[in-house]
Amino acid sequence: MSEIHAETVGYTRNTMLPPQPPPQRQSGAILWLRENLLSGPLNILLTILGIAVVWYLVSGVWPWLANSVWRADGLQECRAIITARAGEGTTGACWAVIRERWWQFTFGFYPRALYWRPVAAFGLLFVAIAPILFADERRIRRVVLGVAAVLTLLAMWAVNAPDGWLVAVAAVMVGGLVLSERRPSALLAFSGFYPVLAYWLLWGGSLWQPLMVLAGFFVGWGIYRLVGRGAPILRMVAAVLAVVAWWLWLGPLVAQTLAAALPLAIAAVTSDTFGGFLLSITIGVTAISMSLPLGIILALARRSDLPLVKMLAVTFIEFIRGVPLIALLFVASLLLNYFLPPGTSFDIILRVIIMVTLFAAAYMAEVIRGGLAALPRGQYEAADALGLDYWKAQRLIILPQALKVSIPGIVGTFIGIFKDTTLVTFVGLYDPLKSTADSVRASIAWKGTYWEPYIFTGAIFFILCFAMSRYSMYLETRLKRGDSH
Amino acid sequence: MTDTQMTWAAATEARGPASIQRMSTEVAISIEKMNKWYGNFHALRDIDLTVHRGERIVICGPSGSGKSTMIRCINRLEEHQTGRVIVDGTELTTDLKNIDKVRSEVGMVFQHFNLFPHLTVLENCTLAPIWVRKVPRRQAAGAAMRYLEKVKIPEQAAKYPGQLSGGQQQRVAIARALCMEPKIMLFDEPTSALDPEMIKEVLDTMIGLAEEGMTMLVVTHEMGFAQAVADRVIFMDQGQIVEQNSPREFFANPKSERTKLFLSQILGH
Repeated sequence: MSEIHAETVGYTRNTMLPPQPPPQRQSGAILWLRENLLSGPLNILLTILGIAVVWYLVSGVWPWLANSVWRADGLQECRAIITARAGEGTTGACWAVIRERWWQFTFGFYPRALYWRPVAAFGLLFVAIAPILFADERRIRRVVLGVAAVLTLLAMWAVNAPDGWLVAVAAVMVGGLVLSERRPSALLAFSGFYPVLAYWLLWGGSLWQPLMVLAGFFVGWGIYRLVGRGAPILRMVAAVLAVVAWWLWLGPLVAQTLAAALPLAIAAVTSDTFGGFLLSITIGVTAISMSLPLGIILALARRSDLPLVKMLAVTFIEFIRGVPLIALLFVASLLLNYFLPPGTSFDIILRVIIMVTLFAAAYMAEVIRGGLAALPRGQYEAADALGLDYWKAQRLIILPQALKVSIPGIVGTFIGIFKDTTLVTFVGLYDPLKSTADSVRASIAWKGTYWEPYIFTGAIFFILCFAMSRYSMYLETRLKRGDSH
Repeated sequence: MTDTQMTWAAATEARGPASIQRMSTEVAISIEKMNKWYGNFHALRDIDLTVHRGERIVICGPSGSGKSTMIRCINRLEEHQTGRVIVDGTELTTDLKNIDKVRSEVGMVFQHFNLFPHLTVLENCTLAPIWVRKVPRRQAAGAAMRYLEKVKIPEQAAKYPGQLSGGQQQRVAIARALCMEPKIMLFDEPTSALDPEMIKEVLDTMIGLAEEGMTMLVVTHEMGFAQAVADRVIFMDQGQIVEQNSPREFFANPKSERTKLFLSQILGH
């Protein structure tokens, strides 16, 4: 009776307990092993099995790697060296093929004397993307730009770049670094100019030609402003017409005139010499950077209230997603010429880039649409209620949040697209994976080398894709700051 | 300080905080025979309502009675199908320019705050002034800090909404709306999503706003707030205005059976 009474009697706490640190976590390697690997009979069995599998794999691959040969003139010589070193019946990797065909894997058939041009373009790419990828991380930008500058200049020196160009690239790199420290937003102007520069370095010819293409955008913008306060659709159409007219007629004319006065030309290189990683990275970087804005526009169009816009977007997305990329590439290489006016020769790499971009954009649109759909309605309503118009609401409120949600999907699409660039082998371009490896094996000396080129190409792709994946994780962590704890 | 704010502040001073003569005869909102359907569902039926400048109106009614829909028609978050809605002399039609004009004059506070989670509190407040009103950034930040002081959370300016409590978030939402210096404020159940202990801080903020002479339309179930602040209480049911009266009359002797039933349910417990 008294016990029950004791439990039901009123109770008032008159001293509050002070907070205490949590109990010391038990730790140590032995404990970790016991808890994670050996916690029960089944786990012990699985652990032993796992170790056995790892042992089997390593014991199979290790001798092959350990007997690697780096210097030889052919597969036969490789085998002879391995046999001499490790005895009859042993295997070994013949990396000598990579060593000898390194340039081919990297540049395809690009003129050897001009190797420095793709190298410079690749190095300057980092100056262009650093202010975008690391917009508010000055320290990371410093490291990226510094390392890129040193490596680019070393690589250019190694491939015998002319001194003048070495100095010019060094100047741009240093200028980029200084701007990144002082006024990062100004560096974005270089990012906008970079496509022209990269095109010029890679394909050569007159600088005026790509400059006029860039000028087309300014012409369009100028016309858009000039038409003034007309109906938005009208202004848009006028601007697009002006851009097309500029690109087709006026631009080339101006380019010719200017080129006559001041050539600004370097040796032209044709598209059929592009190959290897040069080709993959050219197509990959262009398609990746163009597919994101295009995908955003498509995603917005698909969610538009205007039935015609919505229908066009849905048709485009579903058509592109329903067709294999290889089919689109065949269209690019074969069919497109039938539809173009006779006599126009449309660069094959440009055609392929357009197709890969459209393909990536369709997937991108769906990824971003997922992000848009994840936003609560209240965000749209709050933006509306504050009087923000459609584009401002999208740019300031909706897209920053939707893109943040979609980062894993977006980067996943990027990685997929980059790997898909190897498919251009089917339209006769020298991708690093198949065409290059095939052409290496076509020589008598290297006939029969299968593993090494594939492993090498795979490793390079892995490094680049893994870097993208890590960047996506970095971005996610950085953007988490606004989330509730 | 803009003209609006100037007159606003001056008017408040002239009248004193708890003035009786603050309502003008000037019409702020005029709704005539407004109807709205969702598909075949007749959501709003023949709504007639005139709101004078400085008037504070509390709208109550059972859920689904159309009270939120009605005030959302005032800034065109919902579209009415027949009838006229004239806000501050501008009629709401399909003309986007008029809609944007009205929206920049009418502030709105939502049940779920709807702050922008990717922006800091200060950025939430300065976004619309900078991009819609074209106020210089520095000036917008100064004004925003003044309004954040008014809602008593200037110290949270650099935080993100996710780091604040519900009551704080709602006060930021009020400050965000005020930063556009609106002539009219709409409140759509501003305290319904809050924990009981946070309701008071939000209501206090709203009372302060009312005392300064803001034209307010408030959808709420806080009958204490209605009694303390409202000039008029409107009871809605099935998409219609069933009864409207001064709060004293409304609570002391409600006329319609529906109102009596509603009041007994809401005040009963």
